[in-house]
Amino acid sequence: MPVSQTTVDPAEVAKFEAMAADWWDPSGKFKPLHMLNPCRLDYICTQIATEYDRDLKAQRPFEGLRLLDIGCGGGLLSEPMARLGAEVVGADAAARNIPVAQIHAEQMGLDIDYRNTTAEALAEAGERFDVVLNMEVVEHVADPLAYLTACHDLLKPGGLQVCSTINRNPKSYAMAIFGAEVVMRWLPRGTHEWNKFITPDELFALLEQAGLRPVDRKGFVFNPISWAWRLSDRDLSVNYVTASLRPE
Amino acid sequence: MDNPEAKAIVRHMSDTSDILIVGGGLNGPALALSLAQAGFSVTVIDALAEQIRADAAFDGRAYALALSSQRLLAAIGVWDRVADQAQPMLEIRVSDGHAGLGPSPLVMQFDHAEIEEGPMGFMVEDRHLRRALMEAMAAEPGITTRSGVRVVAQATSTAGAGVTLSDGATLGARLLVGCDGRASGTAERAGIGRTGHGYGQTALVCAIAHELPHHGIAHQFFMPPGPLAILPLTGNRSSIVWSETTAHAAEIAAMDEEAYLAVLRPRFGDFLGEIALAGQRFSYPLGLTLAKSFIGERLALVGDAAHGMHPIAGQGLNAGLRDVAALAEVVTLAARRGEDIAGPGVLDRYQQWRRFDTTTLALATDAFNRLFSNDNPLLRLGRDLGMGLVNAAPALRRGFIREAAGLTGDLPRLMQGLPV
Repeated sequence: MPVSQTTVDPAEVAKFEAMAADWWDPSGKFKPLHMLNPCRLDYICTQIATEYDRDLKAQRPFEGLRLLDIGCGGGLLSEPMARLGAEVVGADAAARNIPVAQIHAEQMGLDIDYRNTTAEALAEAGERFDVVLNMEVVEHVADPLAYLTACHDLLKPGGLQVCSTINRNPKSYAMAIFGAEVVMRWLPRGTHEWNKFITPDELFALLEQAGLRPVDRKGFVFNPISWAWRLSDRDLSVNYVTASLRPE
Repeated sequence: MDNPEAKAIVRHMSDTSDILIVGGGLNGPALALSLAQAGFSVTVIDALAEQIRADAAFDGRAYALALSSQRLLAAIGVWDRVADQAQPMLEIRVSDGHAGLGPSPLVMQFDHAEIEEGPMGFMVEDRHLRRALMEAMAAEPGITTRSGVRVVAQATSTAGAGVTLSDGATLGARLLVGCDGRASGTAERAGIGRTGHGYGQTALVCAIAHELPHHGIAHQFFMPPGPLAILPLTGNRSSIVWSETTAHAAEIAAMDEEAYLAVLRPRFGDFLGEIALAGQRFSYPLGLTLAKSFIGERLALVGDAAHGMHPIAGQGLNAGLRDVAALAEVVTLAARRGEDIAGPGVLDRYQQWRRFDTTTLALATDAFNRLFSNDNPLLRLGRDLGMGLVNAAPALRRGFIREAAGLTGDLPRLMQGLPV
């Protein structure tokens, strides 16, 4: 299905451009992403290892896998995937994120192909991947179905997409917008628009409409006592993550 | 934050590994083994020459290894090399004493049979533990040891860490770990300050041979000048750790053997029969020293380099080994999910895990020592009653036993007997 670049909402891209400065400071502007990152990585690694039968205790378990990180930002997911041996393309619609990510990857001695582009443009160009990471992006796009269809097209048959987003209910409003943006000031005001949030059932339906086969979903739950995130089988009430496959 | 000089140093390293450990004592080798077995390349820099470390004569020093520490040593392949020379601690008896009178009749008694995990710990001589660690390191291909050299310069950047050695070699790594003791040069070179204070006390340490068997029982007497511990070694021998005011300790340390024993004898009575010295005598001034941070850029501090404390409950080495197990776990899990092993977020996890625990322990040990190193009759009555109470309450007693065995708190996997 031909998809144009118009699913990227220009106002959303501008908001993230304004935030692109200190991606790699764990106590800086992207503190919530840094806090969530180990939990996100654990999920992603487990899903890839399961799908492609890899041993996570091996040195470079993802060797030979071509992986796309959509909305790569400063490279918080691209870098770990490259370290684990994957051939990584990091795509971001915000041009300013690309040099930030490139500079950091070079400092770390990692070879990552960062591009200022969109999922739709990559799909149109015929790029194909074993794994597509679609993390905390879908709640920011103008047309989620068109976007997820592009993600489908980017996968090789049998390929794996990991997609996370934020649920839509009073609790997620309280946590993600009132809590994270207003009270904790973890995120700049206006980062999220609650009416763009998607429930897990809605996301599963969208994934299926896009031609993908959802295979798993888990919640990311923040524990204020240990001040850390963990994965939950049952609590998908705020942040959650899904795995889906492009049928062979 | 970016030091251009550091970058140059890191780029021109003559040798690089994943992790550089400064300090070849006990924590350094234990950490090296934990990390090498998880697949990292590790270099250990030891200021002492190898043959000095390998010196096998018993010098009188021994450690009370908590059960959790024993599990870590088992997991990294060290325990099998010392198990035959380890004395299990089956029971701990704590009592309030008065010089010349021996222990008071009010005693807290902690028997390992009350918990299911096993003995509370093991007494292992320093020489056996060092030999076991050295043998295990030599058998581990992932570890390179540089002994007889000191670190003369150190630099870190966002990309890596590097050191220059006294023999001119430069070494680079992703992570630099200071296991170099309470006067840690690694912390000092990184500009990490310390807080702490002396106690005006000195620990006198020696080993004794005694006529009667100890039955695996450890004793802790609280005397007005400071605590005295009698810890069972193999055979009819025990390790004595004994605190006195620094001025008095200096007098005692200067005495000949007979006079020294004459001071020691009345302090714990005659329940072990005749005693004689079995090794050298040592003395260590006591004090609390805490690094203001346990981490820095590309840097982590472990053991006494992070937190030196009063050895009142034998917790120094055990706390250090907890650091070892926690850091190994944090770094191993980070590597497995592809994170930068010394990224600030990763090292924060180590600090968060260990700082609260060790600071609490250091302060509790400090307060405990102040309470018991005191002849105030009210405090004495209070602590005697308190000990009687603990002894009468099995749940409280089991709590103390688990604490002594190192089984409380957020235990690293290697200390639960599990792989990382």
